[in-house]
Amino acid sequence: MVYLTRKAEFSASHYYHNPELSGEENRRLFGKCNNPNGHGHNYTLEVTVRGNVDPRSGFVVDLKQLKDVLNREVLEAMDHRFLNKEVPEFFTRIPTTENLAIAIWQRLAPKLKQAQLHRVRVYETPDLFADFYGEA
Amino acid sequence: MKAYLTRRYMFSASHRLHSPAMSAEENAVTYGKCNNPHGHGHNYRLEVTVSGTVDAQTGMVCNLADLDGFVQREILARFDHQNLNALAQFANAVPTTENLCISIYDILQRGFRLAHLEKVRFEETMMNSFEYAGGKEPKF
Repeated sequence: MVYLTRKAEFSASHYYHNPELSGEENRRLFGKCNNPNGHGHNYTLEVTVRGNVDPRSGFVVDLKQLKDVLNREVLEAMDHRFLNKEVPEFFTRIPTTENLAIAIWQRLAPKLKQAQLHRVRVYETPDLFADFYGEA
Repeated sequence: MKAYLTRRYMFSASHRLHSPAMSAEENAVTYGKCNNPHGHGHNYRLEVTVSGTVDAQTGMVCNLADLDGFVQREILARFDHQNLNALAQFANAVPTTENLCISIYDILQRGFRLAHLEKVRFEETMMNSFEYAGGKEPKF
């Protein structure tokens, strides 16, 4: 079993707000992240797949196919977007780094053919990242 | 859904690696430059990984403000700009980064109740790092 990780970067804006809570509760819970005009990050995404090395190609996965899926499913949908308003998952879920990792996993997992998705890691800043392994 | 959240912190501290169980010569051989009796310092990068179910109401494993507050109060305030050898944790242990990992893990494990502690990772310099997951294999 070999693990292979592909990195990508995207920039997006978001804000944290739960409509079930009062304005005051939202401000207390989410602090600066509750500003309704949003704010942005340069996100770094690491997608790790695992699989056996194909004896014919020497690959765990066709990197070009992985890159195409990443571009289509994640970057085209999220790069230079306001996550709350333009990415359907976040019409109802708060676009925290945790939920971004889950949403990206859910977009990628059904599209990857050869290799098995192992981990999605999303860096919001170099000092903060979330990991999702598909665990319930 | 279970997710893992990692936060990085930085603090600066000095230490000297010296074991009273060894002779001066053994210490010099074992610890090399790190045995310098006057000590030396590092900018330590600390990574704390916690896990838990993502809360449906907040979208979070735990509120970062709570984790930051705990680390600031219980770790950074006690370790930053200190001589590690002078701290109670290292009265009977050599302040290697391995022992620092275990010490910080224990502080978090005992005191931080708002998410499950997975792992503590330290970068002592850009060229070395250490991880401790309470004796378990750290999750890759």
